[in-house]
Amino acid sequence: MEAGTETLDKRARGRASWLRPRWLVLALPYAWLLAFFLLPFLIVLRIALSDTARALPPYAPHWTGWAEAWNFLQALDLESFTTLFGDSLYLEAYLSSLRIAATATLITLLIAFPLAYAMASAPRRWQPALLILVILPFWTSFLIRVYAWMAILRPEGVLDALLRGLGLIDEPLALMNTETAVLIGMVYSYLPFMVLPIYTTLEKLDRSLLEAAADLGATPFRRFVSIVIPLARPGIYAGCFLVFVPAIGEFVIPDLLGGPETLMIGKVLWTEFFSNRDWPLASAVAILLLLVLAVPLLVYQRFARKEPA
Amino acid sequence: MNRLRTPHLLALVFGIAFLYLPILVLVLYSFNASRLVTVWGGFSTRWYAALLQNQALLDAAWLSLKVALVSASLATILGLLAALALARFGRFAGRTLFAGMIAAPLVMPEVITGLALLLLFVGLDAERGFWTVTFAHVTLTACFAAIVIQARLSTLDRSLEEAAQDLGATPLRVFFAITLPMIAPAILAGWLLAFTLSLDDLVLASFTSGPGATTLPMRIYSSVRLGVTPEINAASTLLIGLVATVVVLASLLIKRDALARD
Amino acid sequence: MARKSLGNIRRAFAPWADPAATPLVQFEAVTRRFGDITAVSDLTLALYPGEFHALLGPSGCGKTTLMRMLAGFETPDSGRILLEGQDLAGTPPHLRPTNMMFQSYALFPHMSVFDNIAFGLRQQGLAREAIAARVAEMLALVKLEGFAARRPDQLSGGQKQRVALARALARRPKVLLLDEPLGALDRKLREETQYELMDLQAELGLTFLMVTHDQDEAMAMADRISVMERGRIAQVGAPEEIYEMPANRYVAEFVGDINVFEGIVEEIKGEIIALGGPGGSMILDDPNPTVDLGQKVNVAIRPEKLSITLEEPPQPTNKVKGEIWDIGYLGDFTMVQVKLDGEAGQLVKVALPNRSRRAERPIAWEDRVWLSWDVEAGILLRG
Repeated sequence: MEAGTETLDKRARGRASWLRPRWLVLALPYAWLLAFFLLPFLIVLRIALSDTARALPPYAPHWTGWAEAWNFLQALDLESFTTLFGDSLYLEAYLSSLRIAATATLITLLIAFPLAYAMASAPRRWQPALLILVILPFWTSFLIRVYAWMAILRPEGVLDALLRGLGLIDEPLALMNTETAVLIGMVYSYLPFMVLPIYTTLEKLDRSLLEAAADLGATPFRRFVSIVIPLARPGIYAGCFLVFVPAIGEFVIPDLLGGPETLMIGKVLWTEFFSNRDWPLASAVAILLLLVLAVPLLVYQRFARKEPA
Repeated sequence: MNRLRTPHLLALVFGIAFLYLPILVLVLYSFNASRLVTVWGGFSTRWYAALLQNQALLDAAWLSLKVALVSASLATILGLLAALALARFGRFAGRTLFAGMIAAPLVMPEVITGLALLLLFVGLDAERGFWTVTFAHVTLTACFAAIVIQARLSTLDRSLEEAAQDLGATPLRVFFAITLPMIAPAILAGWLLAFTLSLDDLVLASFTSGPGATTLPMRIYSSVRLGVTPEINAASTLLIGLVATVVVLASLLIKRDALARD
Repeated sequence: MARKSLGNIRRAFAPWADPAATPLVQFEAVTRRFGDITAVSDLTLALYPGEFHALLGPSGCGKTTLMRMLAGFETPDSGRILLEGQDLAGTPPHLRPTNMMFQSYALFPHMSVFDNIAFGLRQQGLAREAIAARVAEMLALVKLEGFAARRPDQLSGGQKQRVALARALARRPKVLLLDEPLGALDRKLREETQYELMDLQAELGLTFLMVTHDQDEAMAMADRISVMERGRIAQVGAPEEIYEMPANRYVAEFVGDINVFEGIVEEIKGEIIALGGPGGSMILDDPNPTVDLGQKVNVAIRPEKLSITLEEPPQPTNKVKGEIWDIGYLGDFTMVQVKLDGEAGQLVKVALPNRSRRAERPIAWEDRVWLSWDVEAGILLRG
């Protein structure tokens, strides 16, 4: 197809689609997602706005008409949100989640970039194997990988034994149940998410650009700063997004590796729900967490849009 | 650039070591005769034997396997349909909402999805157990499968399908004779991803499961909260070995398929 | 004066000139829009049985869209497409008796050559033996016997092209659609395949509709060419008509090289027009002059229609003086640029055929020369 009308043509071809049982193809996943994804969120929103007593199980959503809607609006109860803002614990948990997630993202980037760059610079025939090596841990159980660090970081654990054996420390490091342990766990668990998008952009990087820069007199350092990093930016943004967002809401890592003073919002939600059985409060925490997550989402979209496709 | 230079090699060695050493430690200690983590009591398979006696763990593993098989299969079908709709239907009413609902679970913290689904199941007064966990997993993993399959569909040469239709194949025939074989590796990858995500999930299962339906990650979680246990090391090693074998085999399969194609 | 035929060939096949002939395909006032862009605009065209027709034009002129509408992959916004008098509207691609050879060939990578060619036949529900026989026949036709078991990725570019052709021909379509059929082949292979395609078309007596942006390909292969410009047909005609009698400046410039001279009409005598201009006076022969006295017109002259002489030619008109500005030796001919005398100093391209291996009096840079041309050489450009 001629270049000028290519995009238009694609759209038109889509419209002239010949998949006949069309409505079924769309309706099935659509209905599923409406029922098991959107509807539950509306329920969370509703429970977050109802008072503690009424929301206890068995809770049954009623929807009988607009009169009901009006009653619903009148019955809105901001009690949970008042609690949320009234108690500094929740605000601190949000802030500390953001801080830990941001620190983890930065460290992950610092480790992932050299690794991705080395992978992309490796001989072509090694690259598929290297790629599998990096992806493989991602396929093995997340829970087990976090658990593996418990054995390493615990007092008198593998790390202590190793460092003591090397004569580097006298006292146990006592890393377990600290924020450092949480950071290590996060960097370790999310490393593949950062490496893959960066590797993908670096792998596509045209080597002749670097040769051209060298030909024009750029030193290796200059080439790296002026060519490699700018062109890898889309991958860096994507990687940071993929690490930062799940890290904010993380539960398993702070629960297993963190201590009582490691405040993270995912853990707070879990505790409110399972230990305190306060469903409205847990729902309100969830709603606010979603709002917090909207920030990196918008930032990412803004950055990603600036980049050429 | 064809020679690997020293800093690159260092980065590779350090990176790969960081990724694999913890797993290696875990595997190593699963063969440790001693119960203590730091003490090497000699090579032993006693924890594997103990594992076989641990009925609760075996039950949990069996349940997880069933959930993963059923949910991955359902998720792949839903994901395939969703991917077809996204890649082939052009603009349709409600597309933005649809695409949003496909993408959202990927970035949504599991604690939120889990909480929301539980509230739904409670509202529906559904008995919590195998099916609620399975449905929760389908909802999450169908989105991953959809993304994987859609990526393949969008790079598929449309003229192949047009050529088949031009040669007289009905739309349904085109799908089964051309589209499906061409995207089969992506469907397999989507299924595998859904399967391992389900097998691995702790948070969604914890929220949506009921009494008597404890999945393997739930069982592992409740034991490791109390500390490191060699039995779990053994179970983890088996799980890692299983997943690694399947993934490597699958990627070889897909690679062979891609080579035959290029 | 008896009219000579155009170019140096005589065509026996010209059903479009016969009012009694029934067209096979008719595009009637067809329009197709994509958003704000009108890809095909109110276009009318008839194809005749046995014709090899080329849609020629630059990228984005709508030629591919026009062909895809006949195949059924696009739907006209207005207008009708008829095949043997039947309106094709509502007939999905898989029920149309047309087959397409795709630009990318679109060979099914997961099927053998045999299965690729048999694909269309299986959809027709032919018996196994009949399919095997037809595939064998097709493989013989494209000279690929013995390749049936290969996979597309085990074929060279030229072989893939033949398989694509065999696959499209296997169903014996009423019209074979060719989307840039030779575009992916290298130059040498392209020329060979070009003649093979023409022979095949003549042998099978099929109707071919080809889309191409390559004028040489269209000129060499087609019985008629539609030169397209922004969704419309600028001119339809046999290659020699397109080349020797371009309907307007767009066609003249798109197909081949031209030099354009300005002039003012001074006299009209039947088909002969006399022009005056800054470069000198000119006489040209136009079969239907639609110009007025005193009108300013453009006259196009093809480079190969000009002669270069060192001495002034004896004829009183159709000559200009200049200086050799540039010489490009191309083997079969030499392209010379001559800078005309006068203030404008217009550059004129002249193609000199290299008929003998050694020239008696070769030209050199900065030679002072005369350019001259026949009465029939000038093309009066309209629009």
